[in-house]
Amino acid sequence: MEKINVSMKVNGKEENLTVEPRTLLVHALREHLEYTGAHIGCSSSHCGACTIDMNGKSVKSCTVFTPQAEGADILTVEGIGSPDKLHAIQEMFKEHHGLQCGYCTPGMIMRSYRFLQENPDPTEDEVRFGISGNLCRCTGYQNIVKSIMAAASKIRDEEKVNKKEIA
Amino acid sequence: MFHKLNNYINFSYIILDNINNEIYLIFKYKNSFMGCKMIPSAFSYYRPSKVDEAVGLISSLGEDARVIAGGHSLIPVMKQRLTDIKHLIDLSAIDEIKGIQIKNNVVSIGAMTTQVELINNEELFKVAPIIREASLQIADPQVRNLGTIGGNVANGDPANDMPGLMQLLDATYNLSGVNGSREVKARDFYEGAYFTSREDDEILISISFESPSGGYAYEKQKRKIGDYATAAAGVIIKVENNKCSSASIALTNLSDTPVYCDKAVDMIVGKEIDNDLLDQVTKICVDQSDPVADQRGPVEFKKYVAGIVIKKALKRAIEKV
Amino acid sequence: MDDVKIPSSEERRSALSGLGTSRKRVEDARFTQGKGNYVDDIKLKGMLFGDFVRSPLAHARVKNIDTSAALALPGVHAVLTADDLRPLGLHWMPTLAGDKQMVLADGKVLFQGQEVAFVVGDDRYAVADGVSMVKVEYDELPVITDPFKAELKDAPILREDIADQKEGAHGARRHPNHIFTWEAGEKEETNKVIDEAEVVADEMVYYHRTHPCPLETCGCVASMDKVNGKLTVWGTFQAPHAVRTVASLISNIPEHNIRIISPDIGGGFGNKVGVYPGYICSIVASIVTGVPIKWVEDRMDNLMATAFARDYWMRGKISATKDGKITGLWCHTTADHGAFDACADPTKFPAGFMNICTGSYDIPVAYLAVDGVYTNKAPGGVAYRCSFRVTEASYFIERMVEVLALKLGMDSAELRSKNFIKKEQFPYTSALGWEYDSGDYHRAWDKALESVNYKKLREDQKKQLQLFKDGKSRKLMGIGLSHFTEIVGAGPVKNCDILGLGMFDACEIRIHPTGSAIARLGTISQGQGHATTFAQILASEIGIPASDITLEEGDTDTAPYGLGTYGSRSTPVAGAATAMAGRKIRAKAQMIAAYLLEVHDDDVEWDVDRFSVKGAPEKFKTMKEIAFASYNQAIPGLEPGLEAVSYYDPPNMTYPNGAYVVVMEIDVDTGVSDIKKVYALDDCGTRINPMIIEGQVHGGLTEALAISMGQEIAYDEQGNVMTGTLMDFFIPTAWETPTYETDYTVTPSPHHPIGAKGVGESPNVGGVSAFSNAVHDAFKPFGLTQAHMPHDHWRVWKIAKDLGLHN
Repeated sequence: MEKINVSMKVNGKEENLTVEPRTLLVHALREHLEYTGAHIGCSSSHCGACTIDMNGKSVKSCTVFTPQAEGADILTVEGIGSPDKLHAIQEMFKEHHGLQCGYCTPGMIMRSYRFLQENPDPTEDEVRFGISGNLCRCTGYQNIVKSIMAAASKIRDEEKVNKKEIA
Repeated sequence: MFHKLNNYINFSYIILDNINNEIYLIFKYKNSFMGCKMIPSAFSYYRPSKVDEAVGLISSLGEDARVIAGGHSLIPVMKQRLTDIKHLIDLSAIDEIKGIQIKNNVVSIGAMTTQVELINNEELFKVAPIIREASLQIADPQVRNLGTIGGNVANGDPANDMPGLMQLLDATYNLSGVNGSREVKARDFYEGAYFTSREDDEILISISFESPSGGYAYEKQKRKIGDYATAAAGVIIKVENNKCSSASIALTNLSDTPVYCDKAVDMIVGKEIDNDLLDQVTKICVDQSDPVADQRGPVEFKKYVAGIVIKKALKRAIEKV
Repeated sequence: MDDVKIPSSEERRSALSGLGTSRKRVEDARFTQGKGNYVDDIKLKGMLFGDFVRSPLAHARVKNIDTSAALALPGVHAVLTADDLRPLGLHWMPTLAGDKQMVLADGKVLFQGQEVAFVVGDDRYAVADGVSMVKVEYDELPVITDPFKAELKDAPILREDIADQKEGAHGARRHPNHIFTWEAGEKEETNKVIDEAEVVADEMVYYHRTHPCPLETCGCVASMDKVNGKLTVWGTFQAPHAVRTVASLISNIPEHNIRIISPDIGGGFGNKVGVYPGYICSIVASIVTGVPIKWVEDRMDNLMATAFARDYWMRGKISATKDGKITGLWCHTTADHGAFDACADPTKFPAGFMNICTGSYDIPVAYLAVDGVYTNKAPGGVAYRCSFRVTEASYFIERMVEVLALKLGMDSAELRSKNFIKKEQFPYTSALGWEYDSGDYHRAWDKALESVNYKKLREDQKKQLQLFKDGKSRKLMGIGLSHFTEIVGAGPVKNCDILGLGMFDACEIRIHPTGSAIARLGTISQGQGHATTFAQILASEIGIPASDITLEEGDTDTAPYGLGTYGSRSTPVAGAATAMAGRKIRAKAQMIAAYLLEVHDDDVEWDVDRFSVKGAPEKFKTMKEIAFASYNQAIPGLEPGLEAVSYYDPPNMTYPNGAYVVVMEIDVDTGVSDIKKVYALDDCGTRINPMIIEGQVHGGLTEALAISMGQEIAYDEQGNVMTGTLMDFFIPTAWETPTYETDYTVTPSPHHPIGAKGVGESPNVGGVSAFSNAVHDAFKPFGLTQAHMPHDHWRVWKIAKDLGLHN
């Protein structure tokens, strides 16, 4: 099988991959780059467990061939927050029990990450619509919505503080 | 209509399957079915930056070549190995087929414009608000980020929402192939499920239409977010002095192509709007539909719901006038 | 020690984060940072991949399997067929229900999606190509999809391998497609009562076939270490120890040379209890190649070929006096098991605990018969977020009560109240043989009805009905009621075993010198938060903060033997073992404390996290001090160290119960049901972690919503699966899912060490009846008695149509 070179930035780091063109981006991330956060939950592009952030948009990485991501700027759950300073979304998911088995969680978090950038002060309905591309079997979504609303509030507060400091 | 399929496939019959509304090719004695649902067969990948380049590639690479737009219709089908694409031509680097232009009341949308770009474009919303209303009902946020209008209209999938919408708007599809460019009206483009008048070497470049006026509504019943329509209808209507002065009605996923309800439109124009008229118009539209039974329900159910959805769309559109 | 202020016992208790606190989860750190370790995350040196060639046909002879083209592909290493497994005796494997199941097609296939060959290759892409190149020739055979046709005289014989066997694992077989007949209760007496009753309601209640569909599919990595002769298998196993024992029995590899590890599991819901061909083929392939083999199925495989749930046709007759006192219950169930009986039930219960179908009611006499039959569908079934067959039983009785209320012209809330087992009657022995431990059904029921303002709901419903009849609205309001009694926590060894392994569970604790601890259990969380909650149980028992207790499960080399997590058994059984082991620790700690304080054992008393001298509380030893002392002191009569293990054989099952109310608005023209309210009151006894309980209820309610309102595994008459992807297999998104109101009462289990009953599955049990009853309730005024689930748009539309509600 012929392979091609694909360059992309993943979590701030330049990566060069040599893969078969048909390699799904989710496999490239999980197996070639060993970012195993994005998960595979279906084979029909429904569940959203593979959601990552690509060029500033939430994308299902199971429905992208790796060469389509040539030159892309990709963020996965491993790229937000750190063990010493979690992202507000990660903190609030723990605070409000927004996860149980954890399998949908990286996709949920990455979707929330972009969603809150697009809509920093959402209503609950907007949150539910915003995460309608991410399925969960464990939580019934209620605490996920709570977590996202809390994260939104925390992020807004952090921005206020940042703005004050800059001012 | 079978001649357009790759001729090396040896099949017994083709069944329009309930799973994913895709055509399932069932190999009775030869290959194993359902081999893999996750990983497509191998292909070579091309990424032209110009339309001419893309057209050149398609014609030189032959019948095993296929273009990919947003990929969210094509990649799931490729994963199930329902196609045998050996050359994949990615259109995403062709800037000339992106973007939305509005000039002199004519809207021109590049085929590679994504659903989310359609939704977020304020100028477009001003002149054709029905597009945002319909687009928000397609799939889910992630799919809308990559799914394109071109991908949604060009492959002839009867379940997609944009074809009916384009017929509603009396849009024109601008195609480009080895023999140059040509225009085809959306209302003339669809021949059957997955069969359109696009030649194998042609690419959809853009879609254009005159900005509509009047009340509008895109009404879609579905089982859940992310599902295709159980029944969907779009209406654009102008009413003056309680009489319908112009109308446009189209149905989605109620036949093997979108259904432009010309008979109903002929009937309603010039008439006084009242409940009886709307019932009559609805009936004519439903009679023009030919839905397929699937997991969403039997034909009788779909026809009934089609009537509900059409009537709702008519009423909402009239309210917006 | 003089100026240091001793915190109050309340402060010290609070610092433990023990029983009853909404302790935040320790698991969340890794899951929110993408550092979970699921099966597909495992990457081993030299690892190869495997995947299946699957049958497109539901019933056919396999005439030929041509693997040559597949083997010619560069990345493909091997293709296994039944012929390769036969010399090892592994072409068939035992099921958990006393049947056997083909691992790879042996002469024929019996359901669409059945495993035919296993392709092994470099990576999943090479294997996918290999699978597509294997050519199988089939000769089609007639298909049975209707369980009521399975036992017809001229029905095609599905299981030719046992066609002549007149005795099955559960008794006599009267037809080649018959599996078992299981009975409970008094047949003659029940028939008599029903024949002579004043009022009888007779109904066929179908609980349709569905599937647990956890977000992570099944999979494993099997690694045979030929140097050391040790097999290690990581896998999606809800019962790792049972898998180890079974693997040893069928492979002849001694059990001490097999290590089964359940890493993080992305949801189980019963789907991951059984042993699947993928596990066997991976193990064999690893033994043959000498390298690790990974198999991870995709969603279509999972829905088509792994264990389904339900598919029970329950015909019921319920009798009562004119004024609504239930006098008898009769149930005959036809159970569709698919091609192999792969039910994950305790061996003595081929129909699970279906005999809980007298529900929450004091029914003096009852009879149950269950007939299991084979059809050309995937094998099973499993307990999808419930205890064995408990959702079926609960749905059955909750529907029968509704149908009876209709017959009597009575409000079904009142009918229930009139017939609930009274508080004073506990422990209550039901007519079908279970001893319910505790309950206060009236209190819960009254609380529920008051919380939802039931009276007003009925008034609103009346108003809405009038609007409908006047032609002003096309919507009907439905109020769905459900009171359920679950039977969970399998179970007492004397009557509960899986393949002969008694259903006890275990906890082993070791306290470290510096006062923190590690505990291991025989269960395995798939999202229930055991690492968080069981540490809470321990914290309360032994006075060490939960955050100082590591809790591990899932590695059979280190964890004490247990029967795993399903059927809400972890808290009732392993939770009990945890408490008991904790008490053993505390008992030894007491002796150490007494020694250190130089008093008699009986002269010290326990105070949250320390032992103090009776009457002299300023003299105490904390658990931390005691821990160190156990490593440091030579105490006469005591071994060093501080460690305990408890293998707990529960004296009984536990019986969580609850009262649910669902309100819906149904559009009769579109069939769309708009859920207006969901109220769920659960009584799970002692509540370990309220936050986690609430999360479990939300999740279970959502699965109940899915099942009742659209989720199904559907087949056409040729045995083709119609719902093989998430397009058609209904999993609601956040948009379709309502906001839930949860509530509770607490009626502890009298026989459980901490009074806890388990809660993970109650909401699925109570929920399905509540959602379904709401739909039925909406159409009651027009004469509807029973309409089968799922209540998706077109089926609700059909109800309305058949009742003449479409003009």
